Amino acid sequence: MMNTVDIPNFRMSPVVDQVGVEERVARFTSRSIKKSSKLQALKLALNMIDLTTLEGKDTTGKVKQMCYKAAHMCDQLPGIPTVAAVCVYPNHVRTAKEALIGTGIKVASVATAFPSGNTTREVKLADVRFAVDEGADEIDMVISRGEFLEGNYSFVFDEISAIKEACSSSRLKVILETGELSTLDNIRRASDIAIYAGADFIKTSTGKIQPAATMPVTLVMLQAIKDYYYKTGKMVGMKPAGGISSSKLAIHYLVMVHETLGERWLTNEWFRFGASSLANDILMQIAKEKSGTYQGKDYFSND
Amino acid sequence: MNKIETSEKTSTNLSFFKEWKYAPAPESKDHIQLKKQYGLFINGEFVSPTSKRYFDTINPATEEKIAEIAEADEKDVDLAVNAAAKAYNNVWKKMPGKERAKYIYRIARMIQERAREFAVIESMDGGKPIRESRDIDIPLAANHFFYYAGWADKLNYAFPNRNPQPIGVAGQIIPWNFPLLMAAWKIAPALATGNTVVLKPAETTSLTALKLAEIIAESRLPDGVVNIVTGFGKTGAAIVNHPKVNKVAFTGSTDVGKIIQKAIAGTSKRVTLELGGKAANIVFDDAPIDQAVEGIVNGIFFNQGHVCCAGSRLLVQEGVADIVIRKLKDRMETLIVGDPLDKNTDIGAINSKEQLLKIQDYIKIGINEGAELHQSSCSLPNKGFFCKPTLFLNTSQSHRLVQEEIFGPVLTVQTFRTVEEAIEKANNIPYGLSAGVWTDKGSKIFNLTTKMRAGVVWANTYNKFDPTSPFGGYKESGFGREGGLHGLLPYLSL
Amino acid sequence: MSRIEVLKTYKIYIGGQFPRTESGRYYSLTNKKKEPIANVSLSSRKDFRNAVVAARSAFGGWSSRAAFNRGQILYRVAEMMEGRKEQFITELILQGSTQKSAEAEVTMAIDRLVYYSGWCDKYQQIFGTVNPVASSHFNFSVPEPTGVVTLIAPEESSLLGLISIIAPCIAGGNTCVVLASNSKPLCSVTFAEVLATSDVPGGVVNVLTGTSNELHTHFSNHMDVNAVVYCRDHADEKKTIAQNSAVNVKRAYFWNKDWTKSINENPYLILDLQEIKTTWHPIENIGTAGVKY
Repeated sequence: MMNTVDIPNFRMSPVVDQVGVEERVARFTSRSIKKSSKLQALKLALNMIDLTTLEGKDTTGKVKQMCYKAAHMCDQLPGIPTVAAVCVYPNHVRTAKEALIGTGIKVASVATAFPSGNTTREVKLADVRFAVDEGADEIDMVISRGEFLEGNYSFVFDEISAIKEACSSSRLKVILETGELSTLDNIRRASDIAIYAGADFIKTSTGKIQPAATMPVTLVMLQAIKDYYYKTGKMVGMKPAGGISSSKLAIHYLVMVHETLGERWLTNEWFRFGASSLANDILMQIAKEKSGTYQGKDYFSND
Repeated sequence: MNKIETSEKTSTNLSFFKEWKYAPAPESKDHIQLKKQYGLFINGEFVSPTSKRYFDTINPATEEKIAEIAEADEKDVDLAVNAAAKAYNNVWKKMPGKERAKYIYRIARMIQERAREFAVIESMDGGKPIRESRDIDIPLAANHFFYYAGWADKLNYAFPNRNPQPIGVAGQIIPWNFPLLMAAWKIAPALATGNTVVLKPAETTSLTALKLAEIIAESRLPDGVVNIVTGFGKTGAAIVNHPKVNKVAFTGSTDVGKIIQKAIAGTSKRVTLELGGKAANIVFDDAPIDQAVEGIVNGIFFNQGHVCCAGSRLLVQEGVADIVIRKLKDRMETLIVGDPLDKNTDIGAINSKEQLLKIQDYIKIGINEGAELHQSSCSLPNKGFFCKPTLFLNTSQSHRLVQEEIFGPVLTVQTFRTVEEAIEKANNIPYGLSAGVWTDKGSKIFNLTTKMRAGVVWANTYNKFDPTSPFGGYKESGFGREGGLHGLLPYLSL
Repeated sequence: MSRIEVLKTYKIYIGGQFPRTESGRYYSLTNKKKEPIANVSLSSRKDFRNAVVAARSAFGGWSSRAAFNRGQILYRVAEMMEGRKEQFITELILQGSTQKSAEAEVTMAIDRLVYYSGWCDKYQQIFGTVNPVASSHFNFSVPEPTGVVTLIAPEESSLLGLISIIAPCIAGGNTCVVLASNSKPLCSVTFAEVLATSDVPGGVVNVLTGTSNELHTHFSNHMDVNAVVYCRDHADEKKTIAQNSAVNVKRAYFWNKDWTKSINENPYLILDLQEIKTTWHPIENIGTAGVKY
């Protein structure tokens, strides 16, 4: 017989104290990660990146070049891992899949009328099915923020469930768009809804508005994941996206994941960075750790 | 369909620090300046003690000697008090507040300029993590001087319709848990109000007070306005008993506080006492739980629990006790105990062997009393005085562990059912320094704050200090306030 | 042959920058012997308009800084000014002071900055209160800065008077636009340079040189200004200012004082530019019966 737990009443989700969260975050950012532990973290962070291009002006050429970079981060440095995945719009999934054959790098597609999500259920499901059929390993969906802010939590829940079903074997990342939810209480609530509705990952942002990912927001989401794990034994992944462009900040995030959820989450199966320029900053840091000298941007290919 | 399936795994334990260990991140020591031997700072210069006796100050993390500290006897104290009295009568009492202020501002700025050096020495001498001395102790100390400097020429506004006057020579004795900060808490308001000072730092942590004396000399504060005499309990007693000391300020244990109160009875000496505590940290079922857990951790493990206002008794509402304790245990696993000078250390060294033995004694008592012991699985360094963060579960009000101040990283945990019960348990001790309240409901916060018999109540936070915020106790935690407008009162005659 | 000096151009100070007046106009400053000493910007109402925009956009940040941070910054202004004492003394002498009175004015001005630096985190403790209302409520009153303040600085006391009105204004968390003395404008521009090097964010203080005749109307009828302070003694200007203030219920103050007297250095000047906010919150009452001390 399967164990079950009740779906909670989302109107009563746990309260969060913002000042307390920020103070906890300050403890993470005052950790000093050096030498071997820093190199270990840099490589881990690199391997957790979803290399992303989501511009109106994306072309086949741009996507192909980005995929090549994804698989060849820095051929002149030995021992560099690849990124975890690339993230593109649904109409570029096929190009990406072909470009990445044999690399082990996943293809994630945004869907559900990204980034606003302001359309019908039918359109969103069609968007997802198309991306899945094209070969996407992962789907990054957006929740209906308007419905959420109107208090229609069941709507939001049901929508995520339906999308999850349409994903079939692709993993589902649910984007909360935390910058529009404004309070940490809301972010906790949205996290719980997404998790209980079947998310494989919860993700902070589309990257299209400010603020995108922040450490306080991420901490609240990690805490939601932890509480769910305590109750059910099921792991859920987490992805902060947007605004993480320095290695230093990426390492702060890793410290936060490490000391909140523990080591089992420190792999790209359960944690990702949604970033584009972070990759080169990490490469520069790795090069500096190995050579002892500060690096310049001209020595690392942009794409 | 209101249910979801859970996984078939039964264990939901979390794992920390096995795959990814943080490499040592030591704070650099090469920029600090330390002498091998320090004299007494009397009348504006360093002088040898009459007895020519010195004692060692050691680093409690390594047990190595750092420097030699002079031992002041009654003759030295007499010299210091006379210097302070002379400076008071001839110079300091007459100086306009505006000009007094400028010296105090100088001291504040100089501490800021030398902040890192002070932080490193504080951690070496006392054992607290560099992260805390660098981010909390030293900045707060500088800010105390800055805040009180501003009051020096504004006393008439603080006490309208009175003509506030200084008292004279303040004899001040401070403890080893926040050496520089306690020196700032004592010296700054005393000087701002026009008094002069003879201060004795704790014998295990004299160095930052002596470095402060160097700054005081550099600021060209007139000779004798501040005097620093180092030594043991006898030196302190000599200060308390000296007839020319007009005001005594003491921070330390309740036992010694009572001795001092008795010693000055019948004299005209004014006194303020900041003594021990056994604060209740109360978590209600509507609290923000993760932040409350962080507050519990800050409350008892900050500064190794060597804090008079530490939240050393957790009172948790029964309905959330299990989840709070579980999260607390997980959080304790991520606390790094180690070298105070490592930037990643969360819990440093216990200040002295003596204190470590006291704490270990209490742990034995707790076990014998039948409480359930839980400690984190961290490793401890081979040398030095260290103690793991410790919980005692299933304790009750009558356990000795719950009534007596341990002054270490040991937290007792009791449950309660109702608000009345929490209030009663919180107040049912001889102490009354501080309390913590965790709840999301505003009117409940103010109910608790009104009912707590404690001088400082923290709601949804803990161990927060600010120069503008008065601090002090009720009942056997002492009387008088330090910080804020109220902190001027003990140093003035109205 | 003796060295030729580089002469200083006296511009105005808006939003942390030193632009010239957008009107391109100037007036000539001469010494007692009618020799020219400087060409001073004759600020226009457009400069004033731009300054108000700068002050408004700086207000959110300045007023939400920790009080002690404002105190540290004001102290820093004093430190910077102490280092440039000689320049201020020279300028005062150029504008007609004696050596002795110039020195006295400069040192008093520096000390006055230190004075108000000390008030930044204390006036709340004097003017804020916890009010013992009869119902079961926690009730407290706190002073909050009123917003953007326009200041028409004294004509004669061109440095001490200037600082005596700017300091209490910004110590209280407000931002301001100041019209300097018309006949003695030099120190106001040099003081703006001190502000620019003291960690005072751009826009917190904006300094214009020009005439009150032209500008007092705009200083008092701008709809996005919360208070106006007038420190001169023209009855007509006072009346206009008082009348104009009604347009948006501006708080209008007339600080026509002898700034050398220490009684005119006090926290009530801070209070003039504060609003008082009172908040209520219920105190539930559980656990009274049987709770003993």
